[in-house]
Amino acid sequence: MAIWIEEDAKVLVQGITGKQGMFHAGKMIEYGTNIVGGVTPGKGGQEVLGVPVFNSMVDAITETDADATVIYVPPPFAGEAIIEAANAFETVKGTGVIICITEGIPTLDMVKAAAYVANRANVRLIGPNCPGIITPGETGGAKLGIMPGHIHAKGRIGIVSKSGTLTYEAVAQTMSIDEGQSTCIGIGGDPVNGTGFIECLEAFESDPQTEAIVMIGEIGGNAEQEAAAWAKDNCSKPIVGFVAGATAPPGKRMGHAGAIISGGKGTAEEKFAAFEAAGIACARDPSELGQVLLASLKEAGLR
Amino acid sequence: MNIHEYQGKALLKAAGVSVLEGVHCTSIEDALAAYDSLGSKVVAVKSQIHAGGRGKGTMLNPQTREEVMQGGVKIAFSREEVETYATNILGNILVTIQTGDEGKLVNNLYIESGCAIAHEYYLALLVDRENKSVLIMASTEGGMDIEDVAHNTPERIHKINVDPNAGLLGFQKRDLGMALGLSGSALKSFFKMLGSMYEMFIAQDCAMVEINPLVKTEDDEIVALDSKISFDENAEFRHKTWDELRDLSEEEDVEIRAKETGLSYVKLDGDIGCLVNGAGLAMATMDVIKLYGGEPANFLDVGGGADEEQVKIAFSIILEDPKVKGILVNIFGGIMRCDIIARGVIGATEALGLDVPLVVRLAGTNVDEGKAILAASNLNIHPADDLAEGAQKIVSLIGGGE
Repeated sequence: MAIWIEEDAKVLVQGITGKQGMFHAGKMIEYGTNIVGGVTPGKGGQEVLGVPVFNSMVDAITETDADATVIYVPPPFAGEAIIEAANAFETVKGTGVIICITEGIPTLDMVKAAAYVANRANVRLIGPNCPGIITPGETGGAKLGIMPGHIHAKGRIGIVSKSGTLTYEAVAQTMSIDEGQSTCIGIGGDPVNGTGFIECLEAFESDPQTEAIVMIGEIGGNAEQEAAAWAKDNCSKPIVGFVAGATAPPGKRMGHAGAIISGGKGTAEEKFAAFEAAGIACARDPSELGQVLLASLKEAGLR
Repeated sequence: MNIHEYQGKALLKAAGVSVLEGVHCTSIEDALAAYDSLGSKVVAVKSQIHAGGRGKGTMLNPQTREEVMQGGVKIAFSREEVETYATNILGNILVTIQTGDEGKLVNNLYIESGCAIAHEYYLALLVDRENKSVLIMASTEGGMDIEDVAHNTPERIHKINVDPNAGLLGFQKRDLGMALGLSGSALKSFFKMLGSMYEMFIAQDCAMVEINPLVKTEDDEIVALDSKISFDENAEFRHKTWDELRDLSEEEDVEIRAKETGLSYVKLDGDIGCLVNGAGLAMATMDVIKLYGGEPANFLDVGGGADEEQVKIAFSIILEDPKVKGILVNIFGGIMRCDIIARGVIGATEALGLDVPLVVRLAGTNVDEGKAILAASNLNIHPADDLAEGAQKIVSLIGGGE
């Protein structure tokens, strides 16, 4: 078991004929992901990287029975691509997972897309502006996104993070203490996104493969505080946390559109404090995440 | 992206929101001509900068930094007063609670007619991250700092969330107006104003519209007396007019140049430059430098697909800051390959004649090739295996920390 994406999940790529889409579709196939097709309007009937291209998501899901889609569509069209995918999964199959990698989608487009997805109970959106989701397998696995596949290994640690490269750092830290990952999810750094921390924690809590969780936050908003409060009451598995941006000045957007301290709210200190109050073991330096995790595993009798 | 009050008011007016007559000026002569043309005995003379707290700020001489005048927004009761205030404001520095100690040079002035105010309110529209929708927030406590109102008298703040599918509905506008104690023609005026403002918020891809104060005049009309508007930069591709509204003098020159080359750079006050891939890791790198006793000089995210040329530009931007005494490069290669970064680092070091200590931490894709390239270069580059080691090395190399 893993969460949301099984090792053999059937995956589509929206924007597969574009430069980004084609490059990453190739990397996903190399990793062992079961890519069953791509979607680019107007290019249906072609074949790319050995998989068929469809004109629409409805056609693609009807033909392939796909479980998930990864979106590499440019920002002006990505909001609509999410809505198209949500509609297609719901009407053709009743269920599906949408991963949107695209960075730079207008916030009001995301407000619309997020509301559309929220009205479809069995459709899940991860991202946008995220590295994606990966479920490592014994050999290969399902890599739905832009993360470097080779740093991962199948295991029992669930990882959830707002940031891309910091997620890779967390993966490397688990590997440094000989632990693999069940599923790693980047929820993205935009102010309005799909799946949040709490839904990830909830899924990890009920996933038998996951025995401990690493949660990486960053400045801006209060999703980390809410997740910590939820975890305190609902999570039995050990959680280890880090928050990026303790040195970020207020009022300045730090790369990610959502990473901004506004009106003195959303600071790293606030978030670390919320983590600690919830019994989450914190690392102040991400290179210590491995050791903090090891200590938590020992304390829980898991090592 | 922020715009000035006078620009925001032009947008509001075009959208159908009532604002007072006003004229944008850049000289004392303009200001006097504006006073004559407005035909209002009493006018407001308002400094235009991208920061709040202007009224309670201080005007300083840019050379001597001596105080010229208290307040960056003044009410003038005569032509002579307009001249005095315009002289004291234009070309001088305005320091407010939001500008920091250095303050901001004022090049733009807004001369605005007066009006008879019956009550002041607060109104803001913004994207609510938690509810993933547009939030409208209003309060009877106009003219005050909303953070203080939220802290001291939260019951005086009224909120509505707009369902993106349904849009802003009539009952919501009415409820909010009534919560503010409005009735009769003032309520009607509020109802119409809020509809227009919401439409503008959506049409212009705003990130925030804040009107403090929004006023009820003695004639029961609802008027936006101030305007603070910011746009969602992700939507720039569909707003050709934003280029004209952008005031580059309000933005850090180096941050603009970084953005043009696909880099995300924010200048800070420390002396250790950082070059990192990924926003989260870039923040974490700054944090860890601080944790080991150093001070980061900048945030710099080279992004996921930087090439040798971008790495070189990133180095030159970091080195423009004379305070930089050392540089920490921290790359976790995913899509980006460590060998490419290593070549970029060597190219930049040679081209720029780098003379400050350089610590390079590489991990991820092609890490062994990257490390080998650096080791074979005979340049004075200090390798590190993880972030903590990298931060400790650079801090000790520049002689900082404990």
